[in-house]
Amino acid sequence: MYDYECHEHDVVVIGAGGAGLRAAIEASSMGVSVALVCKSMLGKAHTVMAEGGAAAALANKDSRDSWKTHFRDTMKGGKYLNDWRMARIHAQEAPDRIRELETWGAVFDRTREGRINQRNFGGHTYPRLAHIGDATGLEIIRTLQEKGVHMGMDVFMEFTVCRLFTSSGRISGCLAYDRQRGRAHVFKAKTIVLATGGITRCWSVCSGSWEYTGDGHALAYWTGAEMGDMEFVQFHPTGMIWPPSVRGILVTEGVRGEGGMLRNSEGDRFMFNYVPEMFRKEFADTEEEALAWVEEVISDKQATNRRPPELLTRDVVAKAINSEKAAGRASEHGGAYLNISWRPADQVRKKLPGMYHQFKELAGVDITKQAMEVGPTAHYVMGGVKVDPESQESTVPGLYAAGESATGLHGANRLGGNSLSDLVTFGRRAGLYASKAASAMDTWGEIEEDEIQNGIDHMMAPLNREGGENPAAIVHDLREMMQEKVGIIRTREQLVEALDDLEALRVRSQSCSPGGGVIYNPGWHQALELEAMIDVSQMCALAALEREESRGGHTRDDFPTPDHDSWGKVNSVITKDSDGNMKIEHRSYPPIPDELKQLLDSDDLDGDS
Amino acid sequence: MMKKQVTFRVFRSHTGERPYASHPRTESSVGKMSDYEVEYDEGMVVLDVIHRIQAEHAPDLACRWNCKAGKCGSCSAEVNGKSRLMCMTRMSDIMEETPENEPVTVRPMQGFPLIRDLVTDVSWAYEMNKKMVPVNGPDKLDWEFNQNEADRIQEFRQCIECMLCVNTCHVIREHEKFDDFAGPRFFVRMAGLEMHPLDTESRIPQIKEDFGIGYCNITRCCTEVCPAGINITDNAIIPLKERVVTEYYDPIAMIARKIGIKR
Repeated sequence: MYDYECHEHDVVVIGAGGAGLRAAIEASSMGVSVALVCKSMLGKAHTVMAEGGAAAALANKDSRDSWKTHFRDTMKGGKYLNDWRMARIHAQEAPDRIRELETWGAVFDRTREGRINQRNFGGHTYPRLAHIGDATGLEIIRTLQEKGVHMGMDVFMEFTVCRLFTSSGRISGCLAYDRQRGRAHVFKAKTIVLATGGITRCWSVCSGSWEYTGDGHALAYWTGAEMGDMEFVQFHPTGMIWPPSVRGILVTEGVRGEGGMLRNSEGDRFMFNYVPEMFRKEFADTEEEALAWVEEVISDKQATNRRPPELLTRDVVAKAINSEKAAGRASEHGGAYLNISWRPADQVRKKLPGMYHQFKELAGVDITKQAMEVGPTAHYVMGGVKVDPESQESTVPGLYAAGESATGLHGANRLGGNSLSDLVTFGRRAGLYASKAASAMDTWGEIEEDEIQNGIDHMMAPLNREGGENPAAIVHDLREMMQEKVGIIRTREQLVEALDDLEALRVRSQSCSPGGGVIYNPGWHQALELEAMIDVSQMCALAALEREESRGGHTRDDFPTPDHDSWGKVNSVITKDSDGNMKIEHRSYPPIPDELKQLLDSDDLDGDS
Repeated sequence: MMKKQVTFRVFRSHTGERPYASHPRTESSVGKMSDYEVEYDEGMVVLDVIHRIQAEHAPDLACRWNCKAGKCGSCSAEVNGKSRLMCMTRMSDIMEETPENEPVTVRPMQGFPLIRDLVTDVSWAYEMNKKMVPVNGPDKLDWEFNQNEADRIQEFRQCIECMLCVNTCHVIREHEKFDDFAGPRFFVRMAGLEMHPLDTESRIPQIKEDFGIGYCNITRCCTEVCPAGINITDNAIIPLKERVVTEYYDPIAMIARKIGIKR
C-alpha cells in the first residue's frame, strides 16, 4: 500500500499558464473552492515566452477593425477548418478580456491618444495585437498571477498530474506527484479544467519549454475524450538557428510586423514569389509598395498600401523558407536572413528589446546592424481536446479544456496573436462553466482505492527498475525521429515508418531506468513524460497519414495541394477504443450560418485556392 | 564544429531521503561538490552543459529550467560564485573568466533553503507576493494614459522573478531578514504599483513598516545581477525611500497630514 495525501476541491485546474490562471480566477470569483495544480513554479509557464502580442479588435489603431474582420481573418488563416462558433466567440469577447487585464495591473504599450497600442501581424487585416514591446506573455502571466493570488485559490506548484479518475463516466479527480517532496497526492474534484499547453517538445527543433510534453492531451485521451485535428502542427517560420544550442528559440513575428524583411542567400526578397492565390489581393506586388506600407504604419497612419508578403500566415512563410533551402538558396546555417537593421537602432531596441537582447547574448549578433538567421521551429499544435464551443467541456462529462490543449479555434493554422487572446477568452469560459457545473453537484464522485494504488504503482515503476536506458536517450531519439518523419513536409512512407518507430520507442520506454530518488528527480520525471509524448506523437502521425492533402500546418509531399472536395470540411477525431487502441474518424462542424458566411471570402469557400 | 573539454564541479545533495529544505550553507552535511568531465560545443550556455551532464552522467541531477531564453527566470544559480541565469551565461564567457585547469563551479542560490542539488525553496517569494496591495484604479475598462507614463513602470514589469537580486542582497543573504524585509524584487513590484498613473492606493506606510525599506543601504548588488537590466536601486528603491522620507519626516507634509490634507 502506497501512502498519499488527499485533497478536496470543487474545481481543479491543471496548468498555470494564461488559460489555467484565467480559468482559476473565474472559478474562484464564482465562490467555489479551486486548486491550481502546475508542473512548474507559478509565473514560469510557457505563456511567459509569448512575445508579439494578443489579438483583439479594439480598433484603437485602425478604426476600420471590428470583430467581424477578426472572425474572417481567423477563419481564413485556419483554412476554414476552424469551429466557426469558437472563432466568433473569440473575436467578440477578446477586446474585453484584454481591457480587463489593465484593470488588474497590466500596462500595455500606448497609442498617441493614450489607449492600448496595436501592432500588425501575419494574417490580420488591421493592426490588432495589444503588446508590451516583445514581452507580452510575461506581462499577461504576471498580471494573472498577481490577480490570482488574491482570489483565495490553493496553488500546488511543481506538481505533475499523471492520471485522471472518472466515476460512472464522469470526472472525479486526479493523481499527481509533488516534485519537491516526492509524495503522491489525490485531488478529488467535481470538475477539472485542463490547461496544460502543447506538445512541441516532441520535435527536436522547437520553441517550447520543457513543459510542452503533451501531458494534458494524453490525460484526456487516456480518459476517453475525443481529440481533434492532431495533424495540424504549426511550424513558426522564424526560430533561431545558430549557434546550435539556441536552435528553435522563437524570433517574434513582431520583427516582420515592424518591417523586417526576409531574404535568401542571393539577396532575393523571396516571399514575393510565394503569395497564395487566396491572399493575392491583400499583399504588395513590389518592394516599393511593401516599403510604403511599412512607412505608413510606423508613422501611425492608416495603411492605404498593401502589406509586405513577409506578413503572410505562418504556414506559408515557413514553407517558403523550407523551399528556398531545398532550392539551394539557404542562409549560411540553413535558414533565411531576417533583417530589421534598416530601421533606426533606437526604434529597434524600443520595439523589440527582447530580440535585441536575445541575439546579442546568445548569438553575438547585433540586430540593429546585422541580419538574423532564422528557420522554421515547431511552435504550436492546433489540435487538442474537442470541446463544446460555449462551455469548453470535453466529451468526458466534467472535464474541460482551454488554450493550446483544446482544439477548434484555429483550424488548420493559427494566426499569431490569437493564442494569447484564446487563453484569456476561453480560459475564462472554462472556469465559468466548470464552476457552474461543480456548484450544481452535492458531492464528489467516488475514486476506487485500487485505481489510486495502481496509479501510484505505475508512477513508481521507473524507479523500481534497474539497468535500463537513461530516459533522456529515448526522448532524444523520439524528438529526432519526429523532426525527420513527422516534420514540416510529410510523406506516406515516412509517416508509416514513424508509427512503427513509435512502437519501438514505446517498448524502450517501458524498460528505462532513471535511477535516483523521488525528490526532484528530472530523470524520473522524463520517464513519466515519455508515455504522454509517445501517445501524442502517435496521434499526430496517424492523423497526418490519413489526411491526403496539404492544408495549413499539414503538408504532404505526395499530396501537395489542398483537396477541398474530400478534405475541405472534415476534421479528424481520435479516440481510444475499448481495446485500448487508437482509432481515427473524420467529421464536420455544423454548417456556417449565412449571416457569418457573408463575412467570409466566397472565392475561398467555393473555388480552389 | 569546435568541441572542447571542461570540468564542471556541481553541488550534489547526498543521495537518499533528506529533510526538506535544509540550508545550503551547511554544505557538507547535506551534500558535496562532484566533478563531471563533459564536452561542450560552440555557442553553448551553462544550462546546456548541465543538460549534457544529465543525459550522459547523472539523470537525477536536479535543476529548474523552463524557457532557456532568459524570459522565465527559473534557472538561477551561482556559477563561479556569481549569481546568474544558467541559460543566459555563455560558455565562452565562463571559460574566459575561469583560471586554466580549474573547474567551473555551479552551486544553488545560497540565499534560499535547499531542496536538492541546484534547486532551492523560493516559496518565501510567493508568500511575499500575496502581501502586495494590487493596483486600485478607475472602474471603467478603457484606461487611458500616455507612453511616457507607461515607460516608467514598464521597466519594473520586465522583472522575471529569478530572485537573483534577493539572493545577492546582504540583508537577506547575510542577515536573513526574510520576515522584516521585502527584498529588491518586491521593491521593484511596489515601485511599479506606486508609480502607476491611475493607481490611488498608498503603500508607503507598509513599505516603511512591514517591508523594512530602511534596511537597504544602497550597495547596488541587486542592480548588478539583474538579468532583465532593471535599474533596481536608482529607479525603484531610491524613489520609494524618498517617498517614505516625504511622508514621515518632511515637516510640511507632517503638518499637512495633521490638518487633513492628503499628499
